[in-house]
Amino acid sequence: MAEYWNFEPNYEQKAKRFFANIPKPEMILNYDIAVKDFVHSGNASAQIKLFLKRLGVDAKVLRRVAVTSYEAEINITAHSFGGTIVGNIFPEMIHIIFQDRGPGLKNIEEAMTPGFSTASDLVREMGFGAGLGLPNIKKNSDVMHIVSAENESTMLEILIYY
Amino acid sequence: MSIKLDVYIEAINGEILTENVDYKNIELDDGYCSDLLSDVMGNALDNQVWITIMRHLNVIAVASLTGVPAVVFTKNIKPDVAVIEKANNEEICLITCKLSSFEASGILYQLLKK
Ligand SMILES: Nc1ncnc2c1ncn2[C@@H]1O[C@H](COP(=O)(O)OP(=O)(O)OP(=O)(O)O)[C@@H](O)[C@H]1O
Ligand SMILES: [Mg+2]
Repeated sequence: MAEYWNFEPNYEQKAKRFFANIPKPEMILNYDIAVKDFVHSGNASAQIKLFLKRLGVDAKVLRRVAVTSYEAEINITAHSFGGTIVGNIFPEMIHIIFQDRGPGLKNIEEAMTPGFSTASDLVREMGFGAGLGLPNIKKNSDVMHIVSAENESTMLEILIYY
Repeated sequence: MSIKLDVYIEAINGEILTENVDYKNIELDDGYCSDLLSDVMGNALDNQVWITIMRHLNVIAVASLTGVPAVVFTKNIKPDVAVIEKANNEEICLITCKLSSFEASGILYQLLKK
């Protein structure tokens, strides 16, 4: 499996400490994402955003969580065989894991390039396929981690500190 | 400079599709014109009206997540009832007008004296 990491400045050590010993979350939010279900896709992200809003998280951070989560949720819907989203809520940050059931990324760096897209006509008709989803996730998260390979599943996880 | 949404709706001869949204109290400082949802997702802000020809349900999800208070569909495009219903639930104002996105954007640009 190939791996990709992005750390925004000053987050690398903090994040490595977190991943070396993941503490027990205060709250875990679980969602199933069905294949090509564009009617319900986005609901998980809306619920995660709402949950953090109720916790009193700042509007700018809410927006970053919403953008990140929505793009990843739509990618599972549009490009994968379905999957799950797990939102781990901590007092100072959120850790969200997007796990699908394949078909995986041939080349992660290529997928990360703004404008790169393999979106089908159906997906493009819905307004997706600009190739900006993964770059948006990178721009809006403090830490982004992808593990994937062709004909395998894709795991994307992000950290956003409040 | 900012304007009220109802002033803009009148200027583009728009038809309001949603109910219960207090559009007279929505202030606009800016607009965003795009039909690519991830472009809007990455750039649109909560003080902007979004001008588009996309009419799918995902438009409402993107408007809601970015905080855009109003969406203008151009070229006389009207979304399905399900889309309008979701917008009502999310308190997003939907407007349709006969103009092109270019014209609707140009009018807003002039009103805002950009
Ligand atoms: N979960 C996934 N499984 C398989 N391939 C994926 C997955 N997520 C992204 N990809 C691949 O990476 C490409 C780039 O993804 P990205 O989200 O940046 O753009 P897009 O989804 O094609 O368009 P946009 O997000 O702008 O609507 C996709 O076109 C697809 O080939
Ligand atoms: Mg995408």
